[in-house]
Amino acid sequence: MSQAKENIEKETVEKVQSLAGEKYKYGFSTDIDSEKAPKGLNEDIIRFISAKKDEPEWLLEWRLDAFERWLTMSEPKWAMVDYPQIDYQDLYYYSAPKSMDDRPETLDEVDPELLRTYEKLGIPLSEQEVLAGVKNRVAVDAVFDSVSVATTFREELATAGVIFCSFSEAVKEYPELVKKYLGTVVPKSDNYFTALNSAVFSDGSFVYIPPNTRCPMELSTYFRINEPNTGQFERTLLIADKGSYVSYLEGCTAPMRDENQLHAAVVELVALEDAEIKYSTVQNWYPGDEEGRGGIYNFVTKRGDCRENNAKISWTQVETGSAVTWKYPSCILRGDNTVGEFYSIAIGNNYQQIDSGTKMIHLGKNTSSRIISKGISAGKSSNAYRGQVSIHRKADKARNFTQCDSLLIGDTCSAHTVPYIETKNPSAILEHEATTSKISDDQLFYCQQRGLDAEEAVSLIVNGFCKDVLQHLPMEFAVEAQKLVGISLEGSVG
Amino acid sequence: MSALLEIKNLHVSVADTQILKGLSLSVSAGEVHAIMGPNGSGKSTLSYVLAGRDGYEITEGDILLNGVSLKDMNPEDRAIAGLFLAFQYPLEIPGVTNMTFLKTSVNAVRRGRGEEELDAASFLRFVREKAKALRLDDDMLKRPLNVGFSGGEKKRNEILQMSVLEPMMAILDETDSGLDIDALKTVAEGVNALRDAQRGMLVITHYQRLLDYIKPDIVHILAGGQIVKTGSPELALELEKSGYADYVGEVVA
Repeated sequence: MSQAKENIEKETVEKVQSLAGEKYKYGFSTDIDSEKAPKGLNEDIIRFISAKKDEPEWLLEWRLDAFERWLTMSEPKWAMVDYPQIDYQDLYYYSAPKSMDDRPETLDEVDPELLRTYEKLGIPLSEQEVLAGVKNRVAVDAVFDSVSVATTFREELATAGVIFCSFSEAVKEYPELVKKYLGTVVPKSDNYFTALNSAVFSDGSFVYIPPNTRCPMELSTYFRINEPNTGQFERTLLIADKGSYVSYLEGCTAPMRDENQLHAAVVELVALEDAEIKYSTVQNWYPGDEEGRGGIYNFVTKRGDCRENNAKISWTQVETGSAVTWKYPSCILRGDNTVGEFYSIAIGNNYQQIDSGTKMIHLGKNTSSRIISKGISAGKSSNAYRGQVSIHRKADKARNFTQCDSLLIGDTCSAHTVPYIETKNPSAILEHEATTSKISDDQLFYCQQRGLDAEEAVSLIVNGFCKDVLQHLPMEFAVEAQKLVGISLEGSVG
Repeated sequence: MSALLEIKNLHVSVADTQILKGLSLSVSAGEVHAIMGPNGSGKSTLSYVLAGRDGYEITEGDILLNGVSLKDMNPEDRAIAGLFLAFQYPLEIPGVTNMTFLKTSVNAVRRGRGEEELDAASFLRFVREKAKALRLDDDMLKRPLNVGFSGGEKKRNEILQMSVLEPMMAILDETDSGLDIDALKTVAEGVNALRDAQRGMLVITHYQRLLDYIKPDIVHILAGGQIVKTGSPELALELEKSGYADYVGEVVA
């Protein structure tokens, strides 16, 4: 093991220690004047959102078509999650800080209250600040409720030909690219929530990496829900042109509120020939309190298309937040020799419910996929891995390796594994491994005898359990993620 | 001189069954005591109750380390106070390297004692030295804690942990179990290297064999939840010949 990794582990344990007692630390809300669309969902609301964003006619039509389809669809019920019926007419679908109306050109013009919010979240938006810090440089797009507040390092990225901006800006500045790729990976009516998102999506990030370009820095989007009773419907579109490489990370937090809030996002990735996309998520939406009150409903569709030969898409997710998670980042392995990967840590504590996994759709020849899923359940949570590996008729010599490990803490939680495997090509080689284990009293006692307190012991054991996945996160975020793993399990023992 | 470890009239029940029935014992700094006893005499219970494991209820009596009662302390605070238990069956923690575990442990104990934590570089130097003294391969430090370790490696690793934690009082619970004679010798060598005028040791074992290599100052025989005889190392040899039958009978009668 490298020295650096060791340091990270040490740091985790120390950080967890220092944070003991501090629970969801992103639970504050920002007091800011917001402009909202009226409550409810209808064509007028969609027109309102589209007008707010000054959108071209074709996009409004696209939204309205999605809305029409949504009206005919019903909420999926097959996931192992249970929540009260959502009243879609009782939500706000658009909310933006008023100060964003003037479309600030530079950070100096952005409402300082907003900047302070991101500072508090540990996301410095000032480039000088980032440069001054020891941290590696990471370009950030900050999305607050329905709008993008700021995107950093844009100029420097532009010199490399990389486009990184908010979705709304992309529609204006690069309409051809948006038009060419929007909805091509996740069709509008793919499912209930994608149709909803397609109708009302507000903002999100847009990334384009030109051919044969290695993106010079990590890109990231930081999503923040602030307003009560407001849904967040962001859309991310990322295109890696031939021979390019990009590593992208998204983070999410929300204030602690007693009511549930809906988050229904769509992420589309397109990898062209020889391109590689590494997409990481650290999802830490408010999970609700110890009694299961409040928290985010996280109903998200993420899909990557390895559209041409030798493309590679790798998803890494650390899911610690949200009251209910319904999320299956997937790969369509269309080109020959394409590779799809899914590395996941999903942690449930208290009353959290998670139904998450992936789909690997093998269409091309010599395609390979790898799934490593680590589910941790504590408290009264329920944690299901749901995965599909599908080998199509023409996918000669496809390969898949799946490993699903579940770790239980205590005896009031549950873990489920629901793998679907279908193959229509006899040359496919598929492997599936699954384990379920429990943190034993013996292990805890052993650690305690060596001076660790119970929470430190759990954090250490869980981090060990997750190691295979944690090591796939970009270095800059690995420490954060390990820390999060410890914090989200606080109160799960003793 | 007061004892380092003093066990006074200890009564312990596990799930309402009385296992220890008035055990008294005192170990002074620099001494190595052996506790021998037949199966079911309460040997493991003694080691667990000393270390503060949940479910082992002290109904009467007390345990003092340097005059301080351990009775109401949780396991980690006992470790911080200087008590170390070498486990009969060391636990595995997948994905956590031995090195990380050692560092976490040492720093937790140092923190608990109000000492400064060691940074990565000084810890590395420190632990490598200790490992070298025990003739342990560096490779063992990089492997996940006890995962895939042989019986001998696990026990040597316990001794390594003891050596880095530098406890005041060490309890060795059946350290010889599952070891062949070569492994036993190596482990005993490690233990002997840690004998120290400031440190007390309590070696719990079923067989006399271990005591050929770790020479105790005093031998106790535990039967039926009590110390039934205390004597010189020769007592262990006698026991090897005559077995435990006499003592078991004594208690039953």
